[in-house]
Amino acid sequence: MAAVGAAATHLDVVRGKRAALFFAAVAILLGLPLWWKTTETYRAPLPYSQISALNALQLRLMVPVTVVFTRDSIPLDDQEKLPFTVVHEREIPLKYKMKIKCRFQKAYRRALDHEEEALSSGSVHEAEAMLAELKEQAEGSLTVYVISEYSSLLPQDMMSYIGPERTAVVRGIMHREAFNIIGRRIIQIAQAMSLTEDVLAAALADHLPEDKWSSDKRRPLKSSLGYEITFSLLNPDPKSHDVHWDIEGAVQHYVWPFLNALSAAGNFSVDSQILYYAMLGVNPRFDPTSFSYYLPMHSLPHVINPVESRLGSSAASLYPVLNFLLYVPELAHSPLYIQDMDGAPVATNAFHSPRWGGIMVYNIDPKAYNASELPVRVEVDMVQVMEVFLAQLRLLFGIAQPQVPPKCLLSGPKNEGLMTWELDQLLWARSVENLATATTTLTSLAQLLGKISNIVIKDDVASEVYRAVAAVQKAAEELASGHLSSAFVASQEAVTSSERAFFDPSLLHLLYFPDDQKFAIYIPLFLPMAVPILLSLVKIFLEMHKSWRKPEKID
Amino acid sequence: MAAPCFFSRLWRAALALLALGSLAASQIEDQAKQFFRSGHTNNWAVLVCTSRFWFNYRHVANTLSVYRSVKRLGIPDSHIVLMLADDMACNARNPKPATVFSHKNMELNVYGDDVEVDYRSYEVTVENFLRVLTGRIPPSTPRSKRLLSDDRSNILIYMTGHGGNGFLKFQDSEEITNIELADAFEQMWQKRRYNELLFIIDTCQGASMYERFYSPNIMALASSQVGEDSLSHQPDPAIGVHLMDRYTFYVLEFLEEINPASQTNMNDLFQVCPKSLCVSTPGHRTDLFQRDPKHVLITDFFGSVRKVEITTETLSLQRDSQITESSYKEDRMDEELMEPLKYAEQLPVAQIIHQALLAEVWTLPSAPCGMLGSRSWPATFTGSVLQLVTSPVHVLSQSSELHKVQF
Repeated sequence: MAAVGAAATHLDVVRGKRAALFFAAVAILLGLPLWWKTTETYRAPLPYSQISALNALQLRLMVPVTVVFTRDSIPLDDQEKLPFTVVHEREIPLKYKMKIKCRFQKAYRRALDHEEEALSSGSVHEAEAMLAELKEQAEGSLTVYVISEYSSLLPQDMMSYIGPERTAVVRGIMHREAFNIIGRRIIQIAQAMSLTEDVLAAALADHLPEDKWSSDKRRPLKSSLGYEITFSLLNPDPKSHDVHWDIEGAVQHYVWPFLNALSAAGNFSVDSQILYYAMLGVNPRFDPTSFSYYLPMHSLPHVINPVESRLGSSAASLYPVLNFLLYVPELAHSPLYIQDMDGAPVATNAFHSPRWGGIMVYNIDPKAYNASELPVRVEVDMVQVMEVFLAQLRLLFGIAQPQVPPKCLLSGPKNEGLMTWELDQLLWARSVENLATATTTLTSLAQLLGKISNIVIKDDVASEVYRAVAAVQKAAEELASGHLSSAFVASQEAVTSSERAFFDPSLLHLLYFPDDQKFAIYIPLFLPMAVPILLSLVKIFLEMHKSWRKPEKID
Repeated sequence: MAAPCFFSRLWRAALALLALGSLAASQIEDQAKQFFRSGHTNNWAVLVCTSRFWFNYRHVANTLSVYRSVKRLGIPDSHIVLMLADDMACNARNPKPATVFSHKNMELNVYGDDVEVDYRSYEVTVENFLRVLTGRIPPSTPRSKRLLSDDRSNILIYMTGHGGNGFLKFQDSEEITNIELADAFEQMWQKRRYNELLFIIDTCQGASMYERFYSPNIMALASSQVGEDSLSHQPDPAIGVHLMDRYTFYVLEFLEEINPASQTNMNDLFQVCPKSLCVSTPGHRTDLFQRDPKHVLITDFFGSVRKVEITTETLSLQRDSQITESSYKEDRMDEELMEPLKYAEQLPVAQIIHQALLAEVWTLPSAPCGMLGSRSWPATFTGSVLQLVTSPVHVLSQSSELHKVQF
């Protein structure tokens, strides 16, 4: 009886041990991985290797140049060798992680009949007019015409000419080394019209470490999809001056042609307003020698802030806002001049602030006060005002004065105020800047995901990242093959996609749970379940250990 | 003869070298000065008050006082993100409604007329704060609620409320830990959303909040060390609560002497509120900051000084004379049309107001209402409103008749 009872309890004990072992097995082998998998943050797969490859991307910027030789420009045996292509490649020495190479692909050819006819006309402007009607030039490409050394198309002392469209004219030479010499001149001209180190340095100014403090390179606006331009008239003294300005006409005639020429660089919207009783924050000082008031240069930075809060620029749009203010000084402070560092009054009576806008002071003709009583009606001369504002707009966009090679004649600007190859320069700079920004954003997203383990990446964010990576690669390809407009569009898409991925609101989904809080949550759930299992495992193990040792003792 | 020539040449050479040397030295000095200057082009401020309820009046007063100083020194409202519970000024327990005072005896009303609160009441949450900092805001958010800083922005972040060792309490319902804050700053750094950051915190055990920062270019100040409490400054017997915290009170006294052109540096700010005045020991952290604090101007963070350049070039535009003349004529015509319309004289406002005063809105239907006269409408509320509505219309029709005559 006792033996049967003992056998029964032994069976129970064995069953109990097996049950405990099964519990432990299920908990450890099945439960633990399941819990781990279901509580990890969801991360859709991202192309990490491609993103790190972007950092080592080699950017090759190709400028296709067509060089057209007229009959008397080079020696005859050189003319026999036409047509052929010469490539000139140079690395831009910038301390940036991406290597940038500038490649000028010159396609030499002979001039066609109508080109010969055009280039033998009286003045270079007529020649240009005849040549321009014939074909549309793709963005980013240039055409250089080589004329005879003694041609009268250019003034005698000028060796070359840069036109407002994408054309230039260079004098040829009758020499053995004609091609080399002319090739060098062409490269100089082509660089002035498209890409120089300065243009690229300005574009990459935010990404280069050392040049933080150079003011020239911090002037341009950052690349953005669109811009909002606001013209404001500030009239602090409406009792004395009844100011009228025909802003609609001026915008229609002068500003929109300029912005339409720039339309490839972004969407623009223009608005205007008039503010009364808006003072400058600084009191002007009186200059007894000229009976006028002046604003010294060091007080100019303090002018903008008190006025800015009244401009209402924050309500306008999400695009960056450029403010252009026209200030008509009060009667008590008229006339008002701005002084530069040497104490001389500035000719334009205007100043600008990088990435903000510009301010111009408009002094009223003192003759207007003679006959009439206050308020005096003032009709603002919009042409004078727009000349300054458009010049400031050019500077704010980073369209600087070009560095022309020596003995080169630069044509006057077009009616719109922008030459076509200046737009090309802007697009080159913007494309490079966009690619740099997109690459930085993607790389920093990858780094962040490595550092902070709580960021969730949903599927649509992952698809934006893939799209951004593809757009960067496409933009690099297009730049290497010389298609500027499609490269710019691709680079904009890359920036938009990468910013959308980085700033997606869902990335902040899980706030941080420090380790002690995690313990505090899991211990009440796991401890009651884990303790019996562990204790029974320990007991089983000890018994097994004892049973192993017993046979030894007997033996 | 040769010796004096030689000596004079030597003397001249020495002078030239000296001149060159001083020129080089001044150039180096200029470069050095430039090097120590901050490279920022715009300033932003994020001011957060994390408490609500009447007895936390001082936190709202703290934040509003810092807001006033920052505005006075030049940062515009469009560059300030102000997060307040904003339940003080119109609180039922406020003996002076629509005011928030920061000095006792009601000397200084920091609420004023032009406070622009961007996140108020229940919008001040940890999530919104982190979204503002990192920029991960839903696309429908208006521009005034965003921190649109870039890589050349100096940002001032001021936080006040109740805190503990490693956390800050938001609105009595949630907390933000120092690790979350450090991660948020790291996300800002990765996206280059700031050039330099100044973090000021006025809570109990405030120094614990900046212990975990690891991103570069951050300078932090706190009102008390770990294990210490920040104390409040002065109660006001009329309002019945404490008005300000000590640390912020002395910081504001310090800021009152700063104007937009002053050259005071950060080392002076570190000395503000010593233990004798503040009872707690203020702390600061500068190891993550690249420049030396004595070269950092207060106005680099609290004010907004812009870089300006004189415009020296102009374009030359062609005058389009026809257009300007015709537009001038249009203006003239508009003016002539505009002159007769002077509504202030034509609308007998006094009559309307007098009528409105007479309207007995709440009378019973049977009571005679003088202005209704012979009309059979019931003298109810709607009836009198209709009368009010019709009488201006009546008067307006008179005015249009006048207008027609003059035209």
